[in-house]
Amino acid sequence: MYTQALNTPDREDRCVEDAARAAQFQARIDAEERIEPNDWMPSAYRKTLTRQISQHAHSEIVGMLPEGNWITRAPSLRRKAALLAKVQDECGHGLYLYAAAETLGASREELVDLMLAGKAKYSSIFNYPTLSWADIGTIGWLVDGAAIMNQIPLCRCSYGPYARAMIRVCKEESFHQRQGFEIMLTLCRGTEAQKAMAQDALDRWWWPVLMMFGPPDKLSQHSDASTRWKIKRFSNDELRQKFVDATVPQAQFLGLTIPDPGMKQNEAGNWVYSAIDWEEFNQVIAGNGPCNRDRLAARRKAHDEGAWVREAAQAYAEKRRQRTALQAAE
Amino acid sequence: MPTPNTPLWEVFIRSRNGLAHKHVGSLHATDATLALQAARDIYTRRGEGLSIWVVPSNAITASDPAEKGMMFEPAESKIYRHPTFYEVPDEVGHM
Repeated sequence: MYTQALNTPDREDRCVEDAARAAQFQARIDAEERIEPNDWMPSAYRKTLTRQISQHAHSEIVGMLPEGNWITRAPSLRRKAALLAKVQDECGHGLYLYAAAETLGASREELVDLMLAGKAKYSSIFNYPTLSWADIGTIGWLVDGAAIMNQIPLCRCSYGPYARAMIRVCKEESFHQRQGFEIMLTLCRGTEAQKAMAQDALDRWWWPVLMMFGPPDKLSQHSDASTRWKIKRFSNDELRQKFVDATVPQAQFLGLTIPDPGMKQNEAGNWVYSAIDWEEFNQVIAGNGPCNRDRLAARRKAHDEGAWVREAAQAYAEKRRQRTALQAAE
Repeated sequence: MPTPNTPLWEVFIRSRNGLAHKHVGSLHATDATLALQAARDIYTRRGEGLSIWVVPSNAITASDPAEKGMMFEPAESKIYRHPTFYEVPDEVGHM
C-alpha cells in the first residue's frame, strides 16, 4: 500500500568508495538509466533501497490488519467479496516488494524477522483503528489515494526491480481507491446516520492520512540522497499538496467536510491546509500510536502460528526429493 | 552412433532500459557461457537487447496449458477485482 519517508542515512554509509565508480554510477542515474541487480551500486544506495522497499513491503502486510478486521462484518456479500479481494491484493503487493528487496541481497526471512523484532518500520497509518464500516471506505478512498500519489512517481524510480514492482502495484491500486470511494458515496447517499458515520471516519482519518507523506520538507532527513539517486522524484510536501488538491473536490462531491476549518484555496488554486500535528506522527512512529502493539502482536502471532506450515512444506519437499532420488537409483 | 544431444536453453532479453527480461526463444549450447554467446549471435544481431539471461530449459517448471481452465478459473469469476466494477460518477473525475 505505501512506503513512508522514514529513511535516515547512517554515518557508516559515508565511507569512501571508488570515486570513479561512484561518479559513473551517478552519471547513469542522471542519464535516466535504470540500475539492475547485477550492476555496481554504492553501498548506501543498496542499503537505502533495501530499507525502503522492505518497509514498503511490511506496510502492505501490516496494512492487511485494519481492513481484515471488517471482512466478516462487511454489510453485503458484494462488499465482502471486494474487501477480501483487496486485502488479498495487499498481500500480493507485499510479496512483489519483498522479491524486489531480495534482488539487493537480503533474504525475505531476515527482512520479516526485523519487522517482527520491531526493528523495521512500516507506514504510520496502519497504527490507527478501524472503528466502523465507514473506515473501510475511507481507507480505500484516502489511504489508497495517498498511496497512489506516492507510488506513481516510484514507477520511475532508478532501481529497475522496484520500479517494475510499482507499475504492477499501481495498476491494481486503482480498484482499491474506487471501491473505497463507492462505499463512501453509498453511505453519503444513505440515511443521516450513515452519512454521519462517513463524516466521523473522515474526521478521524484526515490528519493521519496527511502524515503518510512523511515529515515536512524542512525536517526531512533523507531526501537529499534519495533525490540525487532518483529514488524519490517529488518531495513530501509536494506530494501532500497534490493529494490535498485532488481530494478536496472529491470530499465536496460526497458532501463531506474536511476537518480543517482553516483550509483555504490560494490564488494558484492549491488548497492550503492548517498545521499538521507532527508530535502525533512522531509518537506513532516511535511505537506509541493507538494500535502499534496490537499490530506487531498480530503479525508475531501469525508468524508463530504459521511455523508448522513452513516446516511441513520443507518436510514434504524433502520427502519428494528423496523419493525421486530413490526412483532414479532403481 | 547417434549424435549426442546438446542441452537446451531458454533465452530472455531486456530490450530497453528499465524493462524486464522477456522470453524470446531457445537454443542449444553445451554450457552457460556458450549459451550466452550463442544467444547474442542468434537473438541480438540487430541490437535487440541490453542484457541477456539464459536458463536451462529443464529448470523451468510450467503449468499445463491443457489444464488452464482449472488453473485460472478462480480469477475468472471475480469481476470485482477490476476497477471498472465500481461505480464512480463521471463528475468525480479520474480515480
